[in-house]
Amino acid sequence: MRTSVFTLILILISAALYFAFRTIGNDYLFFAGYTVLQYVVMATAWNILGGYCGYVNFGSAGFFAIGVYSSVFLHTLADSIDDVVPDALQAPLHAIFPLPLPVMVVVGGIVAGLVGLGMGYLTLRLRGVFFAIATLALAVVMETVIVNWSFVGGSRGAYVIPPNDVPFFGPYIQFLFVLMLILVVVALVTARAIERSKLGVGFATIRDDELAAEASGVPTLRLKLIATVVSGALFGMAGAPFPYYIGYVEPGSAFNLSYAVNSIAMPMIGGTTFWAGPLIGALLLGTLQQVATVTISSAVNLLIVGLLLIGFVILAPKGIVGLWQKWMGKRAKS
Amino acid sequence: MSQTNSNSAPEAGTKPLLQIDQLGKRFGGFVALDGVSLEIPQGQRLGLIGPNGSGKSTLVNCICGALQNETGTIYFDGEKVNGMVAHQRTRRGLARSFQLPRPFMSMTVAENMRVPLMYTVNARSGTHMSHGELNDRCMELLSLVTLHEKASHMPTDLTQVEMRKLELARAMAADPKLLIADESMAGLSHSEVEDIVALLIRMNERGVTIIMIEHIMRAVMTFSQRLVVLVSGKKIADGMPEDVIQDKEVVGAYLGS
Repeated sequence: MRTSVFTLILILISAALYFAFRTIGNDYLFFAGYTVLQYVVMATAWNILGGYCGYVNFGSAGFFAIGVYSSVFLHTLADSIDDVVPDALQAPLHAIFPLPLPVMVVVGGIVAGLVGLGMGYLTLRLRGVFFAIATLALAVVMETVIVNWSFVGGSRGAYVIPPNDVPFFGPYIQFLFVLMLILVVVALVTARAIERSKLGVGFATIRDDELAAEASGVPTLRLKLIATVVSGALFGMAGAPFPYYIGYVEPGSAFNLSYAVNSIAMPMIGGTTFWAGPLIGALLLGTLQQVATVTISSAVNLLIVGLLLIGFVILAPKGIVGLWQKWMGKRAKS
Repeated sequence: MSQTNSNSAPEAGTKPLLQIDQLGKRFGGFVALDGVSLEIPQGQRLGLIGPNGSGKSTLVNCICGALQNETGTIYFDGEKVNGMVAHQRTRRGLARSFQLPRPFMSMTVAENMRVPLMYTVNARSGTHMSHGELNDRCMELLSLVTLHEKASHMPTDLTQVEMRKLELARAMAADPKLLIADESMAGLSHSEVEDIVALLIRMNERGVTIIMIEHIMRAVMTFSQRLVVLVSGKKIADGMPEDVIQDKEVVGAYLGS
């Protein structure tokens, strides 16, 4: 299937989902759906570096938070142009600000992508567990920076009050939901296009054997940098609308470890070598967590993720996609 | 040291394909390469031998860019390549096979072959193979090593000797000027060794210069037009194979003087 056809199908499915939710008319669906979709983007983002290249990133929450805080920064700046900006620059800034949310998403993506590039340069010579530890440390460093940066709220947090209604969509949450749907389409189309391109082949050689990849002419460092940038940018874009969703952000929630754990667990459970793996994992785990939050308690979420992850790592290391392929293979033979 | 020209010596005036000058490499206090110099003309079949730990693999790794030499220079095809990383050297026509086969385990045999075709041959200026041409070339190389029937198999389905053949074929797929075969025959049976030697000679007949690192003397003597002996990071002999193996220093290094 060509990328354009695939994109079109995804858009149609997304539109159908949106209008189905709208017909049901319960805003809770949009609130819960937004979180699940956000996890689809994050799981896909993680998988581009972790699944395709085999570099396990434990600092996902850091990249997500960069997106979150780039929006907080732009929002706060819009409110305080007269206080913090030199007089000469005030007029042009007033003309631009407040930025529309889609622009903030792009900004969040660019900032997180650049941080990804920096992280790549610093850490990509490390392998395996050392790389994982370095990414975790990086997230801690970023959190420390944010905690001590009072302009974006520091440790006391920042309030970001979204508008009540937007034209066409009605309630703001519906607008956020559609925005996240678009990001899901962007993430999935990107992941699938990479998978089928020369780039995807190069990523797979890095995962399999970096020395042999270099000997075959694959510029491994450059490819890994591309992966960290794309992955980081997608995380940042997933994080950018978050302040408008939640209304109040503090470092503890933006850098929450559960983002890092979920970003790893979802692709692992879905399957890491195929673009649909993270999607399946995120839909399954994300929905399960939303249901658990309502029926049992939100504290049980991470327990579910942990247990499922242990189960899959032991019993089905190739995830649901791997199980499916095995089952299809058996059926083809018999 | 016996110094004889090989029987396929280049015409006067042509530059050697590979020119190594005073190459040195240390690992901490251990001197792995101690001023090795070597010139290899275009089209030659060179055998490189030496006891374990003599620096053969370090030399190969320095030539190919998996390791960077600390002193000395490497010229390949008239261009200085030290400082370049491995993939840049591969693109210039310097390919290697690994001592222990390192196939890409998640890919089929044919997909393994496509990697150097996509990333090396197609990355050179002036060459761009279409999808179909890529597949044809891939199958042609696989038939050269008699692996064409296994094209859609996974590397885990291959036997030891097939794995070695894939390793050589993948190196050949980069369309190299110089191929370094690092112990491609260790642990293989008599007939399998003959198979691989014949294969390397076939590759050489296609115009590829080959350095073969080997412990199996029978294979070395059949293959080599010239023999170089490395001991403790130093070149102690270089010349016609028949002369070199009778060299007193070489015999002493192998049997203990």
